[in-house]
Amino acid sequence: MSFVLWIPLVGPLVFAGLSLLLGGSALRRFVGVAASSAVLVSGLLLVSAVLGGSVPDSGGGMLRADALSAYMLSVVGAVGLISTWGGLSSAASSRTKDAAGYEALIALFLAAMSLAVLADSIGLMWAAVEATTIATAFLVGHHRTRRSLEAAWKYVILGSVGVAIALLGIVLIYAASVGTDTPTLSWVLLSQSTRGLDPALITAGGALAVLGFATKSGLAPMHSWLPDAHSQAPAPVSGLMSGVLLSVALYAILRIQSITNLVIGPEFLRTMLSIGGLLSLLVAASLLIRQRDYKRMLAYSSIEHMGLMAIGVAIGPAALPSVLLYILGHGLIKATLFVISGRILKVEGTPVISDVRALLVRRPGLAVPWLIAMAAIVGFPPFSIFFSEVGIIMAGWSVGLGGVVGAALVLLLVIFAAFTRLTVQMTIGAPPDGAAFTPDYSSHGPRLPIILALATTATVAFVAEPVGTLLLQATAVLGGTN
Amino acid sequence: MFETFYPQLIGLCTGALLLTSALMVWRHSLLASIRLLALQGMALAALVAVIGIAEGEPELVLVSLLILSVKGVGLPWVLAHQSKASIKQIQESPRLNPTAALLAVTLLTILSYVVVSRVFGLGDTTTGHAAPIGLAMVLIGFLLLISRRRARSQLIGFLLLDNGIATLAFLTSGGVPILLEFAVSLDVLLVVLILHVFAGRMRTKFGGTAVDQLRELHD
Repeated sequence: MSFVLWIPLVGPLVFAGLSLLLGGSALRRFVGVAASSAVLVSGLLLVSAVLGGSVPDSGGGMLRADALSAYMLSVVGAVGLISTWGGLSSAASSRTKDAAGYEALIALFLAAMSLAVLADSIGLMWAAVEATTIATAFLVGHHRTRRSLEAAWKYVILGSVGVAIALLGIVLIYAASVGTDTPTLSWVLLSQSTRGLDPALITAGGALAVLGFATKSGLAPMHSWLPDAHSQAPAPVSGLMSGVLLSVALYAILRIQSITNLVIGPEFLRTMLSIGGLLSLLVAASLLIRQRDYKRMLAYSSIEHMGLMAIGVAIGPAALPSVLLYILGHGLIKATLFVISGRILKVEGTPVISDVRALLVRRPGLAVPWLIAMAAIVGFPPFSIFFSEVGIIMAGWSVGLGGVVGAALVLLLVIFAAFTRLTVQMTIGAPPDGAAFTPDYSSHGPRLPIILALATTATVAFVAEPVGTLLLQATAVLGGTN
Repeated sequence: MFETFYPQLIGLCTGALLLTSALMVWRHSLLASIRLLALQGMALAALVAVIGIAEGEPELVLVSLLILSVKGVGLPWVLAHQSKASIKQIQESPRLNPTAALLAVTLLTILSYVVVSRVFGLGDTTTGHAAPIGLAMVLIGFLLLISRRRARSQLIGFLLLDNGIATLAFLTSGGVPILLEFAVSLDVLLVVLILHVFAGRMRTKFGGTAVDQLRELHD
């Protein structure tokens, strides 16, 4: 089974090479889809192996797939598939040289995220997270306009400085392990309770590592790169970055937390993450109320959801199954929304909310999925985001963080109101001055990925076996028994 | 023989690291900053070699060669890779005047000594004693990132930050595992190349590399 661990790493690399070698072939546009499928299939294979009770590892223990890693890998693959398939470029535009680099970088990006969730070494995990910044730098700057250049510069500087802080933290955690018998960066070994790691170094290292990865996962106050990068990148890239890259950084925080919890207890990181989470919700609420750009609106929504996930991580094992389900639901829905936003931008030619009016009457083919996905992202049942949010808030009450989740709930209501107003502004209403028009029922791109994403999110919360079992196993990996 | 020299060699190397960092804050010419960066890379390589010989680890000597080629030669060459005539004229107009900046460097260095000795509880070994220099370099790198206006000067701040982390790693734990060292070096090299390309695009699009011009995206 252990060879499956290599598929999500080698597969996308092969496809990236193919993209560069294929010349002017139109087949090239399927490279992203093929790479995502490779990741998704290996993720599902690893999930089935994990549910069967085994923990595949390979490369002398460098790669390892426990329940959490296998689950995250499947999420990367699923969200990647929705983003790349939904954002499939036309056959004509995929013949250019630009397109070759674009597809190759998407494949590399997927490989880097897969390595980040499969590595059994916080050092290798760090290198993979930094590699995601490298792979996405040119993707954010893909349009080569002044705005996308500005977004890309801020993204790379803030992203790499943030991740450098995480490296500083990891160096200190390693220094703590040098004091024991076997110096190591493997999180399996570091999270064995009997190692006697130095608490002062673990505190400082854990705080810096979490701070660094929080920058990458878009938590306030280190979020300022996120709205720029996510609004300027091409739609499939925004979907991938918003949908899974942020969660991969959150996964890194979860791994660091499982090490620090054993040495210094949960209180320290709980305070840090609660503050970061609430600040993120506050930033999102205050900037969503008067938002004018619908891609930036989606970016701030990601800050909001990451904030709530961070609060869930702060709460601990009681909330972790909800957080993990949240990662899947948010990833799929956000990818869908970014894909549709890319299509709206293409046909309407403007990213400004007030310029896009009466979409439901004029373009029902785009407005209907947009409305359904919007309902899912603000947390209407039966979509899984609703159950995740309820789960996190209930868990918060039960562990005595009532104040934090209470404040989060108030901010969520403000965000809900802002979202409803902006969505209504875009979709509902009569077209301007009664001009003649024919309703446009075309979906302007593949329909199936959007239907699949919405259907999965609507049903996944009701599937106890195997989803529930997998989430509980993944929580157990992080030292929680729930 | 070597044992008597060892603390002095460590002191010499870390002293060179701190001195080059402070000079980078002081000098405003881009070319001078790049040369200082090259010197700093060599000092870091020397430090790693000294630690490697003292601990009898040939692996560290290999790492030292890697650092020498990447940080001492490769990166400065990439940064200086444009016509010498134009690079000589690039002068930074930082937000802080030199006196205030050097004062800030002093304060940051004192702060890192306090933090490392009190919080981390290091300082009983020769290398642990020098560890605050690494943290001071990280903080000075931040200072450069915040106070400089030009794209390439910010890049130098980022590299100083990275050198600081490497210094801290070698002084506290004799370096991270060699595979990770390779990965980190590769990542830093690629980030610098990417930022370098972006700085070039900025020059053609904006007619200059002052980061202050990046003000179109906001809410």
